[in-house]
Amino acid sequence: MVKYISKRLLYMIVSLLIIITATFFLMRIAPGNPFTSEKKLPPEIEANLNEHYGLDKPWYVQYGDYLVRIVQWDFGPSFKYESRTVNDLINDGFPVSLTLGLEAILFAVAVGIVLGVIAALRHNKWQDYTAMIIAVFGISVPSFIMATFLQYIFAIKLGLFPVARWETFSHTVLPALALGATPMAFIARLTRSSMLEVLSNDYIKTAKAKGLSRGAMIMKHTIRNALLPVVSYMGPLAAGIITGSFVIEKIFGIPGLGSHFVLSISNRDYTVIMGVTVFYSILLLVSILLVDIAYGLIDPRIKLAGGKKGE
Amino acid sequence: MDKILEVKDLKVSFQVYGGEVQAVRGVSFDLFKGETLAVVGESGSGKSVLNQTVMKLIPMPPGKITGGQILFHGEDIVKKTDKEMEKIRGKEISMIFQDPMTSLNPTMKVGHQITEVLLKHQNMSSHQAKERAVELLRLVGIPMPEKRINQYPHEFSGGMRQRAMIAIALAANPSLLIADEPTTALDVTIQAQILELMKDLQKKMDTSIIFITHDLGVVANVADRVAVMYAGQIVEIGTVDEIFYDPRHPYTWGLLASMPSLDSSHEEELTAIPGTPPDLTHPPKGDAFAARNKYALAIDFEEEPPLFQVSETHFAKTWLLHPDAPKVEPPEAVKRRMRKLSSTFEKPILVKEGN
Repeated sequence: MVKYISKRLLYMIVSLLIIITATFFLMRIAPGNPFTSEKKLPPEIEANLNEHYGLDKPWYVQYGDYLVRIVQWDFGPSFKYESRTVNDLINDGFPVSLTLGLEAILFAVAVGIVLGVIAALRHNKWQDYTAMIIAVFGISVPSFIMATFLQYIFAIKLGLFPVARWETFSHTVLPALALGATPMAFIARLTRSSMLEVLSNDYIKTAKAKGLSRGAMIMKHTIRNALLPVVSYMGPLAAGIITGSFVIEKIFGIPGLGSHFVLSISNRDYTVIMGVTVFYSILLLVSILLVDIAYGLIDPRIKLAGGKKGE
Repeated sequence: MDKILEVKDLKVSFQVYGGEVQAVRGVSFDLFKGETLAVVGESGSGKSVLNQTVMKLIPMPPGKITGGQILFHGEDIVKKTDKEMEKIRGKEISMIFQDPMTSLNPTMKVGHQITEVLLKHQNMSSHQAKERAVELLRLVGIPMPEKRINQYPHEFSGGMRQRAMIAIALAANPSLLIADEPTTALDVTIQAQILELMKDLQKKMDTSIIFITHDLGVVANVADRVAVMYAGQIVEIGTVDEIFYDPRHPYTWGLLASMPSLDSSHEEELTAIPGTPPDLTHPPKGDAFAARNKYALAIDFEEEPPLFQVSETHFAKTWLLHPDAPKVEPPEAVKRRMRKLSSTFEKPILVKEGN
């Protein structure tokens, strides 16, 4: 196990290096630079700025410097927000996005799995149709419509939750629902189809032939095996959600990380683009690793690379 | 001998798109304590449905018992609720399935899959159950059972898994074991071992077995009596000797003739029964086998054949046993093995008119 994880960590570093390199050069190829604005800067000032941020050096020196800084977990200063570093932006924004993301995931997983299980057990009955209609809504309604809809109903009409801002727990409810709706719907559909598949297996008949009650049969023999596809969906989902959503954060006025992903690009804010990309990549790689480990725990047939059992 | 199971005129059908499939069409048979009854017939003859109905394992709906009784120890199973069936399944009647590769839960330790039955039916503590599971695995011939109970099914070979399935099936000392083609998915040497094991355990535990198969070689090896099923009906039933040495139904002839044997000369071609089984959504008028039967009489296409009794234990459902029927000769391969049995009546007795 230790051997497996250390091997995976090594692969992660390689992947990360490739991601950093690709982003670094793609960013430079894109036309424009951080100081491009409608009002053209005098060449002297631009030269000064370039010098200040090290943009005047040859690309390989910049690239090398950047790699060294990343190893030190220093993403450098932001070009757009003077006096703030990318580390500051992440340190401020990530806890907010993380909280919101975890709430959304919790909602998506809990409701999605329950809906999926009910739909599978009541296959082709009204419960199934209801659950799947909810799921189709969740998938097809874009999050900005979902968000404004929730605000209108629960905040403005019913007054149950605040409309926006990020202060108390009740401020987090609506954005979490809006953010979790689509993954919830995906999880419900995944759970339903894999439950149906598991239920048609021979070993379910064996369980029934043993005289197990329906409840015991479902809890012990079905759900665990049906959750594998959901677990594999969870990896990318978790990384995507806890790094925040531009749309949801804008609508609810949440100071999260999501907006930096979008705005940094149009600002050509090189260091922020790099910083959030690297940060997101690390989260994604870690969550995929966690999913793979969870896979091995859920399904004993999946042995973690090369190692013998119990290693 | 005690009768443990009496099936009377059982009818099972499935509601499917396009109509109602009559999978079992009026089946009656008895099963005695300690006896092995083999049920043979080709795919789709209703043998699996019949036996899963005995445990009420068929999905209902679309499945439905449309008539008849299943008396198990004198109690009618047809009327029992799902909750009542839970006390019978695994405890009184248990089942071994065809494919051991898929009939064990891949994510659960083998030991746990055995103790599950014990905890449910035997009121054991988990510690006792674990000990009993080890004992059961040893009983079915799995070496190092202490280690094996903590393994998962994928760490077992096919034969081992079927042994584990047998251990699960026998865990609660059931009085009836239904084995649905338990050796079909195994290779021949393992087949023989599993059959030996089942016979051995049957002797030890005095269990009755219903053995579903389409392998007549296996039948000769394990069964006391044989029921031949065709198109949802039992067309002939009798002791092993009666079925192998004095078969009366042309379908049984066909089955026996299509079985390779060591005495058949190698120039001789193996015969096959032509055609395919009828569509049971609309069962044919008369004898369901008539269309594939070269011995079919005109009446076979008109009226369902009645049931004739050939000996105390031997029944066949064919017009050929009618006093007015022409004398026909069974195929060469069958005729060669035919012999006169002392138990046979002078003349077949009509016991039940066809419907």
